[in-house]
Amino acid sequence: MVTELILGLYLFVMAVFIGFEIISKVPPTLHTPLMSGTNAIHGIVLCGAIMIAGRPISVWSIVIGWIALVFAAINVVGGFVVTDRMLEMFKKKPEAR
Amino acid sequence: MIPFYIHAIYIIAASMFIVGIKWMNSPVTARKGNQLSAMAAILAVAVTFLNPSLLHPALKVDSPLVDAWLHNDTLRWATVFSGIFVGSLIGFVMARTVKMTDMPQAVAIFNGLGGGAAALVSVATFLGMAQHIVLQGAEESALSIVLGTLIGSVTFTGSMIAFGKLQGWISGRPIRFPRVLLMLLGAGAMLLAGYVVVASYRHGGLVLFDRTLFLGAFACALLFGIGLVLPIGGADMPVVISLLNSFTGTAAAFTGFVLGNNVLIIGGALVGASGFILTGLMCKAMNRNLVNVLFGAFGGDGSGASVAGDGGTELETSVDDAAIMLSYAQSVIIVPGYGLAVAQAQHGVQKLAEILEKKGVSVKYAIHPVAGRMPGHMNVLLAEANVPYSLLFDMEDINPEFEKADVALIIGANDVTNPSARTDTNSPIFGMPILDCDKAKNVIVMKRGRGKGFAGIENPLYFLPGTRMLFGDAKKTITALVTAVEEA
Repeated sequence: MVTELILGLYLFVMAVFIGFEIISKVPPTLHTPLMSGTNAIHGIVLCGAIMIAGRPISVWSIVIGWIALVFAAINVVGGFVVTDRMLEMFKKKPEAR
Repeated sequence: MIPFYIHAIYIIAASMFIVGIKWMNSPVTARKGNQLSAMAAILAVAVTFLNPSLLHPALKVDSPLVDAWLHNDTLRWATVFSGIFVGSLIGFVMARTVKMTDMPQAVAIFNGLGGGAAALVSVATFLGMAQHIVLQGAEESALSIVLGTLIGSVTFTGSMIAFGKLQGWISGRPIRFPRVLLMLLGAGAMLLAGYVVVASYRHGGLVLFDRTLFLGAFACALLFGIGLVLPIGGADMPVVISLLNSFTGTAAAFTGFVLGNNVLIIGGALVGASGFILTGLMCKAMNRNLVNVLFGAFGGDGSGASVAGDGGTELETSVDDAAIMLSYAQSVIIVPGYGLAVAQAQHGVQKLAEILEKKGVSVKYAIHPVAGRMPGHMNVLLAEANVPYSLLFDMEDINPEFEKADVALIIGANDVTNPSARTDTNSPIFGMPILDCDKAKNVIVMKRGRGKGFAGIENPLYFLPGTRMLFGDAKKTITALVTAVEEA
């Protein structure tokens, strides 16, 4: 009967395995951008903050939800922009020698 | 409840996250991968606004004020968009203005805020539910709510402490925090939270009384995060940030369970797995296990075992002598470390290498996996200075070449070059793989002063007959060295 929760658990476990698979192949050079990029991805907790602040059921949801909106937006926007700045610099220069 | 097309778009966004991360496997596609992930995030956030329960909330709330707010669309959207706008603006400005050398701090702070947001979403959900004394079906969410709160809180305070340490606001040295207190806080958080979960099942929902206990668990978790990171030395911060990054992902996934949001579950789980893999890789590079990093606090308790001998004397050299040594070498290996980042000397180093190459000297860079404060920290800095990554070599590839190298030029690196990691079983870093700089014919060590490295250990490399010390600020010394090499 608890279909939604169980379905969520399936998704969670599968996503963990996919995460292990696609990430273990990244070369050390890209570890910092990878950390920073995945760091930005969890900023989509912004979706959760929207549901709280946009659908308030107590004064708490307004106050706490708004702070959560700001925090999550900083995380997601800052994270992607800073990662892009890092990766912008990874240019392969033609071998001069 | 959520219409099909929202799910469909969430599935597309989740797939884009996976492909985006996959593209980050290679420097050629990495930037595209990050941009794809960013688009996925925009898509996921945008489609959330189409959720019917957000567009037309068919709720009745007891408090007249909140009820009025809930049914006033202008107020609701103003709240949501002002929050997103303020946060995006702060995030964008921070990300554009942060110096490349301060990148680890930036990641720490973004990560902390993400964890904080996850915790707050869970807390708000709990408080909202508890408001209604007993809420049907709430017990199914109780466990996810509690886990999201605890993990998110630990990441929030932990990342802020890590930020403080990297920024130099808090001493980088391990700060003692009574281990008993840490354990009490951890146990307290889990007991209180566990009680709340059990009670929610017993009452068939959340009851108002649990609110106090729940907030107690929240507070314990916040303090636990502080106590967890304070005793860890600055040198281990990369491992800590990576672990906390993984935590935030997991916390975000739990908020996904609470809100029935599948893209949050998938995204969070992907990040949880990635952070964990990275943490493992970093620990492996330092030949330590995670428990040891978290609770070892080396250098903190002054366990006399690690007092490396009196070594002998360090021989100093001058910029001019060093310039001559470099100019007439056949091959030079540059070993950058955190000192390079602090002094912002990466552009000078690139220039020095360029001049040396014009003189026919072969120049390579040796990158230790944990040089700097994050894995790949040095790669990012050198990339900023336009050093082609084909000149950067990983530890395993470069180590056999030190024997053939005429000069190993160490710039602000210490512990990763310490040969006692190979030989001295009493050394706290014994067994950590190091760069074999001591095998080079000559070693030039550029160092700010005579102090010890982050681990607080004596480095016998400095007392070898072939080693010359060049004290001073790395940037100034490099600039002087560039001029001297041009003239030599």
